[in-house]
Amino acid sequence: MYSAIVLLPLVSALLVGVFGRILGNRASGLLASALLLAAAALSWVAFYNVAIEGQTARIAVLDWMRSGDLEAAWSLRIDTLTAVMLVVVNTVSALVHVYSIGYMEDDDGQPRFFAYLSLFTFAMLMLVTADNFLQMFFGWEGVGLASYLLIGFWYHKHSANAAAIKAFVVNRVGDFGFALGIFATFAVFGSVDFDTVFAAIPDQAGKTMEFLGYQADAMTVICLLLFMGAMGKSAQFLLHTWLPDAMEGPTPVSALIHAATMVTAGVFLVARLSPMFEYAPLAQTVVIAVGAITAFFAATVGLAQNDIKRVIAYSTCSQLGYMFVALGVGAYSAGIFHLFTHAFFKALLFLGAGSVIHALHHEQDLRAMGGLRRIMPVTFAMMLIGTLALTGFPYTAGYFSKDMVIEAAYASHNEAARTAFWLLVIAAFLTSLYSWRLMFMAFFGSPRADRHTLEHAHESPWVMLAPLLLLALGALGAGYLFHEYFIGKGYAEFWRGSLFTLPDNKILDEAHHVPGWVVASPTVAMAAGFLVAWLAYVARPGIPAWTVRTFGPIHAFLANKWYFDELYDWLFVRPARWLARTFWKVGDGLIIDGLGPNGVAARVIDVTNRVVKLQTGYVYHYAFVMLIGIALLMSYFLYLFLRAGG
Amino acid sequence: MSEIGLPDYLTVGAVLFTLGIFGIFLNRKNVIVILMSVELILLAVNINLVAFSAFLGDLTGQIFALLVLTVAAAEAAIGLAIIVVYHRNRGSIAVDDISMMKG
Repeated sequence: MYSAIVLLPLVSALLVGVFGRILGNRASGLLASALLLAAAALSWVAFYNVAIEGQTARIAVLDWMRSGDLEAAWSLRIDTLTAVMLVVVNTVSALVHVYSIGYMEDDDGQPRFFAYLSLFTFAMLMLVTADNFLQMFFGWEGVGLASYLLIGFWYHKHSANAAAIKAFVVNRVGDFGFALGIFATFAVFGSVDFDTVFAAIPDQAGKTMEFLGYQADAMTVICLLLFMGAMGKSAQFLLHTWLPDAMEGPTPVSALIHAATMVTAGVFLVARLSPMFEYAPLAQTVVIAVGAITAFFAATVGLAQNDIKRVIAYSTCSQLGYMFVALGVGAYSAGIFHLFTHAFFKALLFLGAGSVIHALHHEQDLRAMGGLRRIMPVTFAMMLIGTLALTGFPYTAGYFSKDMVIEAAYASHNEAARTAFWLLVIAAFLTSLYSWRLMFMAFFGSPRADRHTLEHAHESPWVMLAPLLLLALGALGAGYLFHEYFIGKGYAEFWRGSLFTLPDNKILDEAHHVPGWVVASPTVAMAAGFLVAWLAYVARPGIPAWTVRTFGPIHAFLANKWYFDELYDWLFVRPARWLARTFWKVGDGLIIDGLGPNGVAARVIDVTNRVVKLQTGYVYHYAFVMLIGIALLMSYFLYLFLRAGG
Repeated sequence: MSEIGLPDYLTVGAVLFTLGIFGIFLNRKNVIVILMSVELILLAVNINLVAFSAFLGDLTGQIFALLVLTVAAAEAAIGLAIIVVYHRNRGSIAVDDISMMKG
């Protein structure tokens, strides 16, 4: 069954990818969706078997490679952590497949689109079922490839190509760290197998290794390098720049890859490697710091964006920061729980936004929306549920997971945790503010779209609304249903050791016993955010313009995303361009071509030009040369003759 | 006055030969002059052949001279024919105009 879960998407990708032209648009979509729905159904069965019934499994698929001491087999590691990810990935993926049938209706490249989506799902499943570092790296790069292909799906758009390349290049930076981390793991432990490595960690803790000429704590180095990979994939602060640009891809792609699954790969990685991070306190501090800064930073930028998808993209970035803070303080289950609930409500928000964009003929600017509540009531209701869950309205999914993260941050003894706690509370306020800003701008007030667009605006077809309804169920109920298992009394039986914590790590207990004001703080922040948004965008619509006028520089700072793109352009892109240009013009053009082919050719031409001058064309010149030649020959033979004594 | 001997024949031959050579090089006007110079050179060769033949008492030289005469006649005929055709096509047989082979 587990092999089927992993391989069904691959089958779908191959069938649709190879025979897509024969199958046609509609059949491709239906086939891919059917296979993915089957995989999703099996995933829930697997979730029940593994997480609730407790039947973990290890399925050997095939021997992959053996080289010296390096042995890597392809086997599926099915424990609770994997089961949770299987459910998240396959459910969202199947729903996105179904949704895409409607969303991509008018597109000519549908078979290609579905093939890429299925390929992505397969790679993601490889990642989450990995039993060793190498297999994980395969999935890691596979999702990167699929992400590249899907961001650049509309390849005739220049901006889409640029965004795809940007995503790929920024991810390379993270993957470089990830690869180094794997090398370091192999160097220290002599194996890339999870079980072997995890078993050897207590012996290796505290040992040092040489890194960049320094003797550094081995576990810290490895964890930091691996976390660098996680930062790239999960778009954390400094490596986040690709995520907002990735919104150039079709909206279902954003929902699947850049909200629910791929960007959470970094969170999964850290949770999977919890036995390593538990022994690297410094790395944990870094995780907390990066997570908290990202949560706060992305939320501030989200305030000033006008593209509906970019607002949600920064929201994703921010929520990923929450997850990392939870991982950093040692509350791995809280991080994974937030991942789980976030997948539902963020996919819901993205698909809802897609529905709006679909209705308005690819209009993404919030300033050109407004008043859509009456035109598309179902989409409005779904977006409302998504927003409530995201902002943490009591008893929705986000309420349980996000509050848990914030409480864990308060309860942690890490020196960075207290600052992180306050940053997260502020980010919760900002989250509520920008989410409601989006809702009010898109669905309330008077319509700002032009008349032609409004006349053709319509509620989306049921093939798009059905996935929204299912995700909305998840966004409403996933927290309430599962919080006892993930973070509550059922913790031990549910996780069954798939998340490792040191004996003195009692963060979950402590998080359940924080002061009352801490428990209330995210809800208060949420309510405050809602009130401010309501004041600014419904009650007193003049406030936003007044704010922009009064705090112009700050607004520009936020609207330009803290000038990160400009900074990177100045810091990396321009020098790289200059260097490449130098290599091209001087290294290749002047030196290699100049001395090589072009140089030789030029010398040949020089010589022949001179030789050609000998050919005057005058008969008497030739006759003269002949005569001279004969004279010389004669003299020579005469000389030989005389010397021989003739 | 001594008898005319081999050296005198050879001298005449050498003079004719040199005339022919210079006729080719110094001539800037007419291709026919070149043709005539070639004839002069051949004539010089013939004189040498006959002179040596008589001196050595070997008839081969004289037979060879006859052969050269024949070939020279044929060559002159072909050369003149070429010049006629050339003049028809290009309208000139001035040596300085004939440089189509210039590289």
